[in-house]
Amino acid sequence: MLTLIQIELYKIFRRPRTYIAFGAIAALILIIQFGLKVDGKSYADFLMKDVGGSMEIDGNIINGYLICYIMLQLLLVHVPLLVALIAADMISGEANMGTLRLLLSKPYSRTELLLAKFLAATVYTIMLLIWLAILALFVSMWIFGIGDMFLMKSSYVVLISQNDVFWRYAGAFVFAALAMVTVAALGFLLSIFAENSIGPIVATMSIIVFFTILSTLNIPIFNALKPYLFTTHLISWKEFFDLKVNDANEAIIGSIQNPQRIITSALVLLLHIVGFVGAGILIFNRKDVLS
Amino acid sequence: MQVIVRVTDLSKQFKNLTAVDHLSFSVNEGDVYGFLGQNGAGKSTSIRMMLTLIEPSNGNIEIFGMDLAKNRRDILRNIGAVIEKPDVYKYLSAYDNLQLFARLSGIKPTRKLLMDQLEMVGLAQRADDKVKTFSQGMKQRLGIGIALVHNPQLIILDEPTNGLDPQGIADIRNLILHLSREMNKTVIVSSHLLSEIEQIATRVLIIDKGKKLVEGNASELLDPSQTIVELQTLDNVFTLQQLKLSKWADKIQGQRNNSIVIKLDRREIPALHTDLAGMQIQLLSLQPRHSLEDYFLQITSGNQHVDTYSN
Repeated sequence: MLTLIQIELYKIFRRPRTYIAFGAIAALILIIQFGLKVDGKSYADFLMKDVGGSMEIDGNIINGYLICYIMLQLLLVHVPLLVALIAADMISGEANMGTLRLLLSKPYSRTELLLAKFLAATVYTIMLLIWLAILALFVSMWIFGIGDMFLMKSSYVVLISQNDVFWRYAGAFVFAALAMVTVAALGFLLSIFAENSIGPIVATMSIIVFFTILSTLNIPIFNALKPYLFTTHLISWKEFFDLKVNDANEAIIGSIQNPQRIITSALVLLLHIVGFVGAGILIFNRKDVLS
Repeated sequence: MQVIVRVTDLSKQFKNLTAVDHLSFSVNEGDVYGFLGQNGAGKSTSIRMMLTLIEPSNGNIEIFGMDLAKNRRDILRNIGAVIEKPDVYKYLSAYDNLQLFARLSGIKPTRKLLMDQLEMVGLAQRADDKVKTFSQGMKQRLGIGIALVHNPQLIILDEPTNGLDPQGIADIRNLILHLSREMNKTVIVSSHLLSEIEQIATRVLIIDKGKKLVEGNASELLDPSQTIVELQTLDNVFTLQQLKLSKWADKIQGQRNNSIVIKLDRREIPALHTDLAGMQIQLLSLQPRHSLEDYFLQITSGNQHVDTYSN
């Protein structure tokens, strides 16, 4: 099994296509960082325009922590596409190249092969998130420095002490990795049905867009469905940045306002991963390889 | 001689299409087994079932004396295959592809082993070139190298000469003969190019529309001293009755396409001719068939099923 995983990783990282995702993330982050470095004050003024009259803030709110949060909000919407590029190609790409029949005539079970491929796609997804973390968090911390983190939520403002931020990012990235692995599992499942990569990639993104719209629609008939849609839970990483407050309305360091929501979301995503991969194994084991 | 492959009553149904229809055959150790049929005859489907790529609708496959359904892993460890097209990873070099598939086959290859393998298939000079720069013939040779890299006991080559130029075809033919004669490998070669099979096969199976038409020793099928003769007469029923009462009775193979098929020594043809005249049989034609291609075209043009006549 370990040999299979090594071989799958070797194949992923020898393909030029793999590096498109890493390059795209790097380009986007560096452009945003450049823009904020050059014109960060205007952006800070824009952020503060609604609260400027009611509160006063000392210091620079445009620091590495805030910039990382801004970038995560922007990028985590698009990272699923980059994940789907590889995950939805794992089986269909082999069928398209004609290598699937050769792979399946080797002395491994189809279940082993599929699990190895999924684990390799998972490693790729995690590496993509690590790359995102390095560029969005660490490089931003290096360029913009650190400080207290000031967040504008829809109806309130959150101020997190700089000593209380880093572990939240660690949690948020771990959660984001789980969310992206769910996307990878969906792409992986769809990959079994096709003999070229485009179909499963487009289908993965279409399903995500469709369910995201359902998740955000505030129509009562869909409300009962929302807790079961994986797209509802993809953005639960933001929960790490909501704090509990004490009676004096002061933030409690090290607290999360709703940890149960994170746990529930993680469980829903895990169930989806198991469901997608399990269904893939069941279907693939019965599939005649005609490509 | 040990039976390496035994296929019994194998069938595959795709919705309304019967791709393979109650097919039975066996391959002995050391055979170069020619698996012949026109395009769509069911060769590739049969081969894919032998490699567990397609699940049979019915029947049983035993390889190396083990049931394929129960001992898949042990069996596949000892099989090398090129299935239709020799598709490999185009973004990798020949060497990297060979190494990757060697590891997938359960061995840890040394550089020497891999280079020797590439040398054998004539690709040592291009070892580090990406496969996307290769011609069809080079890909075919690399595919065969991959099939052989783990030193399998049984080699299955599905249309190995597809897309090759005459020199490439000759190279593959010599390689197959080398594998059989020098390395005692058992080779199953499927093809619709009968002239190729004619030169290398020790045994031949001909299928059409998923059914076995004939299975036998290639030497006997092609032996000029054992010629197949087809008779067409004005009254085949009468002719058959007369022949069954004569010394030719045990040489009658059956009837096909309005012809009576007789297998006999080529030198007996004049005597047969004389006897037919003596029996007052009104002969329309007497046609000897002694090339496999001729034979193949003849039997696959009809739908009749002929039993194994030589083992």
